Amino acid sequence: MKKLMLGNAAVARGAYEAGVTVVASYPGTPSTEITENIVKYDEIYAEWSPNEKVAGEVAIGASIGGARAMSCMKHVGLNVMADPVFTASYTGVSGGLVLCVADDPGMHSSQNEQDSRHYAKAAKLLMLEPSDSSECKEFTKKAFKISEDFDTPVIIRLSTRVSHSQGLVDEKDRENYELKDYEKNSAKYVMMPGNAIKRHVVVEERTKKEIEFAETTDLNTTEINSDKIGVITSGISYMYAKEALGDRVSYLKLGMVYPLPEKLIKDFCEKHEKVYIIEELDPFIEEHCKALGLDVIGKEKFTMLGEYTPALIKKAIFDEDSNEFATIDEQIPIRPPVMCAGCPHRATFYVLKKLGLVVSGDIGCYTLGAAAPLASVDSTICMGASVSAALGMAKARGNEFNKKLVSVIGDSTFIHSGITGLIDIVYNKGNNTVIILDNSITGMTGHQDNPTTGFTIRKEPTKQVDLELLAKAVGIERVVVADPFDLKNFERIVKEETQADEPSVIIAQRPCALLKTVKYTGHCKIGPECKNCRMCMKLGCPAISVKDDKVVIDETQCNGCGLCINVCPFGAIHKED
Amino acid sequence: MNTYNCLLCGVGGQGTVLASKLIAYAAMQKNMNVRTSETIGMAQRGGSVVSHVRCGDNINSPIIAKHTAQVLIAFEPGEAVRCLDYLSPDGVVIVNNKAVMPTTANFGAQYDENEMFDYLKKNVKNLIIVDGNDICNKCNSNKVLNIALLAVAAKTNKLSIGIDELKKAIKFKIPEKFHDINITAVDYAVQRYI
Repeated sequence: MKKLMLGNAAVARGAYEAGVTVVASYPGTPSTEITENIVKYDEIYAEWSPNEKVAGEVAIGASIGGARAMSCMKHVGLNVMADPVFTASYTGVSGGLVLCVADDPGMHSSQNEQDSRHYAKAAKLLMLEPSDSSECKEFTKKAFKISEDFDTPVIIRLSTRVSHSQGLVDEKDRENYELKDYEKNSAKYVMMPGNAIKRHVVVEERTKKEIEFAETTDLNTTEINSDKIGVITSGISYMYAKEALGDRVSYLKLGMVYPLPEKLIKDFCEKHEKVYIIEELDPFIEEHCKALGLDVIGKEKFTMLGEYTPALIKKAIFDEDSNEFATIDEQIPIRPPVMCAGCPHRATFYVLKKLGLVVSGDIGCYTLGAAAPLASVDSTICMGASVSAALGMAKARGNEFNKKLVSVIGDSTFIHSGITGLIDIVYNKGNNTVIILDNSITGMTGHQDNPTTGFTIRKEPTKQVDLELLAKAVGIERVVVADPFDLKNFERIVKEETQADEPSVIIAQRPCALLKTVKYTGHCKIGPECKNCRMCMKLGCPAISVKDDKVVIDETQCNGCGLCINVCPFGAIHKED
Repeated sequence: MNTYNCLLCGVGGQGTVLASKLIAYAAMQKNMNVRTSETIGMAQRGGSVVSHVRCGDNINSPIIAKHTAQVLIAFEPGEAVRCLDYLSPDGVVIVNNKAVMPTTANFGAQYDENEMFDYLKKNVKNLIIVDGNDICNKCNSNKVLNIALLAVAAKTNKLSIGIDELKKAIKFKIPEKFHDINITAVDYAVQRYI
């Protein structure tokens, strides 16, 4: 029976069918739904780990323990996991080990546009790249076998369009995979220099064998339609190319993008007058071809920026517009994502903006605090950087500057990698103020539990990290818990803590408005007392807008959180049922 | 060769993803090949969202090429204009009559819903403007907008599925306690707009 599945759901299905028993991940768009779908299979142990490095190590351990294991992450998550990954390349595996990394060309929900294929080359790991949901399942299944055959972790590279597109997938039964016997093998798994030197030799030999495999595997396919134009491509770009070019050109579709074949590519190039390389982001295949001395056309015709489309490909190769391009000559304002109505972060940023503080920001829904009208976030680099970068700023500019500086970081992000920065502040005598935006959930990726929520990925109750005790345990003596919706009190606390000559943590506690446990009722309405001062507009609430020069609250969007009532200086906003 | 391309656009939270799932499911029941592509993630937070649904033969790309969508279902007029270059010359636009102000409009950006409707009327041959609020009021639920727009689309015969197939999909894909309300929305929308 064929089912319509997201690419991510199909990867999960492939892992299930391959007999996987352990999956550990940290959420990150566009990879999150892989692990969420894994939870549907009771036979698999699944977890949200505190961060990708931990997740990768759990999967590596499971593999050494003889199980088939997987870890899934977004592209920047692979940066966090990189340390164990580079060495797991040397140790190889016992049970098959697959790492799924989802790149985000076009940056739908990311801070950079990195091309994770470079990791395969740098860590010397075999990498597969499926083009649609059906291949997501098939390639994932094959990846586990390849991992064991070549004694290597295998990376599956996805992209937003593959992860978040649906296609038909043929479901098969689960393979009965027997846990491998555990045998102590320190020469293989203890990577101290004496052993690692020998394992490096193994890795180089392995790569040679993988290149031979790349020449013949059915993961790479050739379709000859023409002797004029050939296209070498992979992943989603193949689907766009097929759509745009049909059978007017030949295709070499590379399902295995590292290591790349040599003879297969040379033969393909010899058969065609012109060969184009179509790949989103970096010239990864192109550089391989050019190193082989092949005259191929790549990035001189195709951009390194963003996503491709069938039209872009048709234009580049045949100089044809896919249709008359009637451009839209009407101005429509952009509609950027905003914090939801009722978002607890809105109150925090309202106060920070009012106090004119420099805000060292982080990754999560609250990155939106950089957008107008709250516009309070000054910098956002990566997970955890709000804390450590603020220490650097304070050390560079001195204590007076530090009194106008705060870090903001979510509960999940704090556990991910904010805690180490906080330890740095204590250890190296910083006086920073860190605000933990504790909304009781991992918000931006769609409500995943984390070590501070008290529940596992399967919603089983578990021990809950106490953020207050944690901050105290690392040496922060000033720890305050406050509700940001109590604006006056919250403002007072922020003032006090930033002025203190010692480090402090403010835990801004109020759950995400979208949680089922949060029950705001009714909605807010603007009464006749309104003086049109527009203080409420400063909140940037999507329910509040100006119509015919008057402020109005949209009933369908307002959830009655009441924050606007707290900011109105004339008591003109009232709650209605 | 029959390829049906339907683009759904709106604002995060309006229910575009469920609507695209229903089209896809119903097309699968007719043994059609189906591919879809959705906006998931950051753009959900009140931002613009687009779902591509492609059914039929010879579909490779999960995203619709510009000027090839036979149907554009727009949950919001500004978003309809934004996505209008996906529409094929003889395509149909089904648009909700209620604008959702982008927050940027509060800080200087120009957004006039009448201008959006004027633009649509001028540039779209087959335009159906649906009073979503009216249907929602009739059904006592503001959650049936997606089903109502879908029903009008299904009735145009340009979508890959018809009304009966849509109803079957609703019964299969939506929890039972919401069946009646959604079927009522379908019947009312069809009777009112076609």
